[in-house]
Amino acid sequence: MIDDQHHITTPEGVPLVLDLAGPLPRALAYFTDLLIRAVIYLAAAFVFGMIGGAGTGLLLILVFVLEWFYPVWFEVMRNGQTPGKKAFGMAVVHEDGTPVDIQASLVRNLLRTVDLFPLLYLTGFITMLLDSRFRRLGDLAAGTLVVYAASSNRAFSNTLPGAAADVRTDTRHSSHTAPHSIAPHSDAHTRPPLAPDWPATLADRQLLLTFLERSAGLSPGRRGELAQRAFPELPPAQAEEQLQRMALHVQGGR
Amino acid sequence: MRQQQFEQRHAALWQQLEATVTHLEQGAPAPAPMPIAAFPEAYRRLCHHLALARQRGYSLALVAQLNSLVLRGHRQLYQHRPALLPRLRRLLTADFPRAVRAQWRWHLASTAAFGLAMLFTWVLVAMQPDMAYSVLGESMTLSLESMYGDASFRSGRDSQDDVMMFGYYIYNNISIAFRSFAGGLAFGIGALVVMIFNGGFFGAAAAHINNVGATEPFFTFVVAHGAPELTAIVLAGGAGLQLGMAVLAPGPYRRLDALRHAAVRALPVVYGVFLMLLLAAFIEAFWSPRDLPAAVKYSVGAACWALLAAYLLLTGRDGARR
Repeated sequence: MIDDQHHITTPEGVPLVLDLAGPLPRALAYFTDLLIRAVIYLAAAFVFGMIGGAGTGLLLILVFVLEWFYPVWFEVMRNGQTPGKKAFGMAVVHEDGTPVDIQASLVRNLLRTVDLFPLLYLTGFITMLLDSRFRRLGDLAAGTLVVYAASSNRAFSNTLPGAAADVRTDTRHSSHTAPHSIAPHSDAHTRPPLAPDWPATLADRQLLLTFLERSAGLSPGRRGELAQRAFPELPPAQAEEQLQRMALHVQGGR
Repeated sequence: MRQQQFEQRHAALWQQLEATVTHLEQGAPAPAPMPIAAFPEAYRRLCHHLALARQRGYSLALVAQLNSLVLRGHRQLYQHRPALLPRLRRLLTADFPRAVRAQWRWHLASTAAFGLAMLFTWVLVAMQPDMAYSVLGESMTLSLESMYGDASFRSGRDSQDDVMMFGYYIYNNISIAFRSFAGGLAFGIGALVVMIFNGGFFGAAAAHINNVGATEPFFTFVVAHGAPELTAIVLAGGAGLQLGMAVLAPGPYRRLDALRHAAVRALPVVYGVFLMLLLAAFIEAFWSPRDLPAAVKYSVGAACWALLAAYLLLTGRDGARR
């Protein structure tokens, strides 16, 4: 299957899913880091400029250290996240999902030179497009992946059903948003749950639950439209209510 | 069990685990939300819950949320962070020289590329002095002449300049070494190009300085730091060639695996090259420009070469501490 996920199995025997980061967000993260370094260089040039010749030497050392070791430092010390990657919610990990160690981080960052060749990451970009897991050459040699950092804005809670809505694409970008409690968008919550009138399969039940959880992020018109896919014979509002009640039944509310 | 009961039953554990993982991620000194010894067991229960949630078809959001927490726990439980200092000592006393000896073929090849290019331009410029301008370029030729031919140029140097040049050598030389290592990945071509280019440059420069009669200032300048510097550049090239050969001729492995093994084998050499070039920059900035009798500079230079050769050839020979 072609998708942007990487599946691993932990020693506990549980399959884990990693969301891989593609070329564009990685490029944005890279430019963020580039900008940060540029600001540091400007500030340093201003300060060191006042000391004269020795200042030039110190500036060159600073440039050397930051150009080669800025990503290594952050990847090893900050859970695989340079400031740019953190801003876009990404992190570098080993292929088994564990945090990068200094060895892998050095390999992937030293080999960045090849990925940059001949200009603007052309080699790295082509390699990422060819590879099923968006790895550039440095990642291939180091055995690393760039993934969306695991974080979820759906707080663990035992509150009322639907109170913790989660739209999956949102979780990638906002790391610690408070769960937005939703105003009741219909009187479905006051109605009693209703058992599905067909033998619901696992996939059906999952679909119902997903509908319940995502309805907060959908417009009323869209909700009705979706509900009518299940109950074409009912008008939108009633179809939605029917579906909500069945979803509540599956979820186990009362 | 319905999803809601499931969530109600285990939410407390999940919240506690999440707090603990957040705590561990931040490395905060405050007391952890749960005793650290209890973490693995709690984590395994969470893994079990994730498997159950998948099996029972609970909502995708809950599964995604548990997946994310398991992932974060996994990253904390299975991270690998050995101490730095023992590794550094091992690198210097064993891993680096051993790696150099084990990969001697590649280092020999890069030495040959460097040496042949140097020999070629040296002979060329020695026979036809005007070729210096073609090989080195006019401005470089002139600046070399003023640097080594003109005594006042050297005596006018102060400690400010020493620090500036120290920075420049670090920036320039170590970047070259890293690039030649990385360039080796391109089937070894990048590494070879750097070797040939630098060898050719050095040969032409030395021959031209000879031609203009500034032999002594030049060689007293380069002899000491040349030992770590030239050796390090050549070793970086050899490490790069090894990478390229792993891609070209992976042997019994897949190309990807061969490349990974080669990268791991080459890393001690890259660390060593880095340290050698730091040392070289230090010598080049603070010792080499000192005006001392030629005999002193040549003996110190010879000592540098001898020590380096002894280090690379003899250190870490006792196999017991492997």
